[in-house]
Amino acid sequence: MAESVRRSLSPAAGALIVARRELRDQMRDWRILAPIAILTIFFPILMNFTAHQAVDFVNRYGAPLIAERLIPFLLMVVGFFPISVSLVVALESFAGERERLSLEPLLATPLSDAQLYIGKMLASLTLPLLGAYMGIFVYLLGLALRIQWYPPLQLLLQILLLTTAQAVVMVSAAVVISSQATSVRAANLLASFVILPVAQLIIGESLIMFWGRYNVLWWIVLGMVLVALVLGRMGMKLFNREELLGREIDVLNLRWAWRFFWKHFTGEARTLRSWYNGLLLQTLPRIRGGVACMALSMLAGWALGWHLSGEYTLPAEALQLDRLQDGMLEDMLGFGMLSGRGWIWVLGTNLRALLLTALLGVFSVGVIATILLTVPIGIIGYSAGNIMLAGQNVGLFLTALVLPHAVLEIPASLLAGGSILHLGATLISPPKNKSLGESWLQALAEWARINFGLVVPLLAAAAALEVFLTPVIALRLLTGG
Amino acid sequence: MLLSTRASRALIETYDLSKDFDDLVAVDGVSLRVQSGEILALLGPNGAGKTTTIRMLASILRPSRGRATVAGYDVLDQADDVHRCIGLLTEHHGLYTRMRAREYLSFFGRVHALPEDYLKNQIDTLLQSYGLSAHADRRLGEYSRGMRQKLVLVRSLLHDPPVLLLDEPTSAMDPASARMVRQRIVELRSSKRAVVVCTHNLHEAEELADRIAIIREGRIVALGSPSELKNNLLGDAIMELRMACRVDGMMDHLPAEVRVVEVGEDWLRYRAADPETDNPLVLQQLMAAGFPVVTLTEVGRDLEEVYLRVVGEEMQSQEAGDG
Repeated sequence: MAESVRRSLSPAAGALIVARRELRDQMRDWRILAPIAILTIFFPILMNFTAHQAVDFVNRYGAPLIAERLIPFLLMVVGFFPISVSLVVALESFAGERERLSLEPLLATPLSDAQLYIGKMLASLTLPLLGAYMGIFVYLLGLALRIQWYPPLQLLLQILLLTTAQAVVMVSAAVVISSQATSVRAANLLASFVILPVAQLIIGESLIMFWGRYNVLWWIVLGMVLVALVLGRMGMKLFNREELLGREIDVLNLRWAWRFFWKHFTGEARTLRSWYNGLLLQTLPRIRGGVACMALSMLAGWALGWHLSGEYTLPAEALQLDRLQDGMLEDMLGFGMLSGRGWIWVLGTNLRALLLTALLGVFSVGVIATILLTVPIGIIGYSAGNIMLAGQNVGLFLTALVLPHAVLEIPASLLAGGSILHLGATLISPPKNKSLGESWLQALAEWARINFGLVVPLLAAAAALEVFLTPVIALRLLTGG
Repeated sequence: MLLSTRASRALIETYDLSKDFDDLVAVDGVSLRVQSGEILALLGPNGAGKTTTIRMLASILRPSRGRATVAGYDVLDQADDVHRCIGLLTEHHGLYTRMRAREYLSFFGRVHALPEDYLKNQIDTLLQSYGLSAHADRRLGEYSRGMRQKLVLVRSLLHDPPVLLLDEPTSAMDPASARMVRQRIVELRSSKRAVVVCTHNLHEAEELADRIAIIREGRIVALGSPSELKNNLLGDAIMELRMACRVDGMMDHLPAEVRVVEVGEDWLRYRAADPETDNPLVLQQLMAAGFPVVTLTEVGRDLEEVYLRVVGEEMQSQEAGDG
């Protein structure tokens, strides 16, 4: 072909070509069309009938409020059911093509990763969303004709946006799963990572709707849009032609994984000194973004705690620092302060918290870890705010009870949070030249280096300060003893 | 340096091309150069690394080491350009079975951004040429295996790519369909095009290829034209002489350059280092001595012998190494 005939597609055109082909394929598959048709036409009519019966029933017993709340709830349900089909279509998108062996010719075309990815997403969304909108229309038409119920414009808008956002989130997550699974079966097994959170969300939305706090739905819409954006970015970053054709994505090669992890954990250092050199000069700078986010979160936590002390103020008489001298030493000794037992207890508690934070952080791309590590700072901010409102010396409070060990605990928290955020960010945005498994294992090794090399020693030292130094300073400053 | 600029006529160049999957070295230091107008066969057993090599040339897999250019474009850094310049026939055709042939081809043509009128004309021409015009509006699920393979070949030719990568083009086909596909591939030879055919079918490689690269465990263990491979690996050509008399006493009249390797009652075989010189000399001397020659023919040596020797030697050397 002449060079002049060889052209490039615009990004949108490429995605639309892919989407159009997929849609045409779906339109020929009765297994996709039948459930959408049923959920679009018959299900809304059934819901309509249910709503009508329920309204009659509750009105008979003088509880119109239930009907008032049930009708919008069913409106949400009618919109949600057809979009559940999008999950099936999306899970099949890449894994199905791989299984039918039609993926390789597609990957060898000039379509970019973004065009393929967005095309598949559009194709997965279009039919179920149209079905959902149609279902909502049928349901509302029935209500208008039978009981002359018309939805408030805001509610209708919320339900439409919620339905769309939920579909986008489900499809984004399902396409991510599909692009990482080697078979439709594997994709379906992994779908619980989508189904369970969405089921929880629907339960939450139902409670909110029965509670009648419709304004909260806006926050859910906003949250869903943010999650959709994160998942979309994650999907685009994870999309990897090589892994799509890879043979071992679903195979857990523990020996290789361990070797890879160990290599990055040790950094191929021969001595402890060179290991620490690598840790400080190479690993530490790599998590600086995570540490910065963690620091911002802690500052925000402090500010929020301080702010909340103004709204939920503790009684001033409970916060008299000068009264702490009564039995303070006995209380401290009772807690195990100034003893080795107390040190083990404090360190053990902190290590358990660190482990729990890491585990929850892994499953929430670092978000829950950040929140958990921020909460203590928020509590200190809240306490400090109350101390100030009680007319006490905030500086004295912090110097006597917090700072002696916080000097080490706060850096430990920053590093722990920063490393887990770095691990989470690797999932959302892995480097292009590595597979997801390699990137994640490397980030896990870096997390382990930071935590074993710095966080645990810092926590051990902080626990020692908390048990042996803080009580002494507290006694001296607060009681003069 | 094997790699050259785009001005070169070599349409495919690889240098130390390698691919690792975790611990497995799938392709190990493949260096190749395929000129325009040339058909190269990658011949090897299953799992030898042929498909991985093709996938790297198609910019679907990233090389772990080494480099490759296809139509002058780097497979790592210019994947989009590579995709525009290749026609890939995959081992499994992977058609969308609910689509009709014309729709299917239109889809791939649009993906290659071909203008609609050019695409329509190209589809009609190719379907006609491959005998699929009458089936253009049938669903692909109804196609026979041979028809599917032909359609896949049409798909890979739609944008008239300068490089064709054909992975097992006749695998699992009946003999008639396979023959037809092979004929089509030979017809695709053009001064502007380079073709790489992956196969484990020795006859197919010999029939199609100008040069054959025998690949085993990711490494090219022999490379050359079929006759070069035979000569290099099986030694000089073997000639068979059939006489109208017993061959006793004939040896003394043979030229000193020929080496007799096998003798029968009225026939003998000898190796000829240079058949064009040796054979006329043999005939001349025997006839001068009054021996009645019936026929002089070259003993057929097929590629299978070459292949088994190469692969066998490799296996033996590996076993010795392991031992």
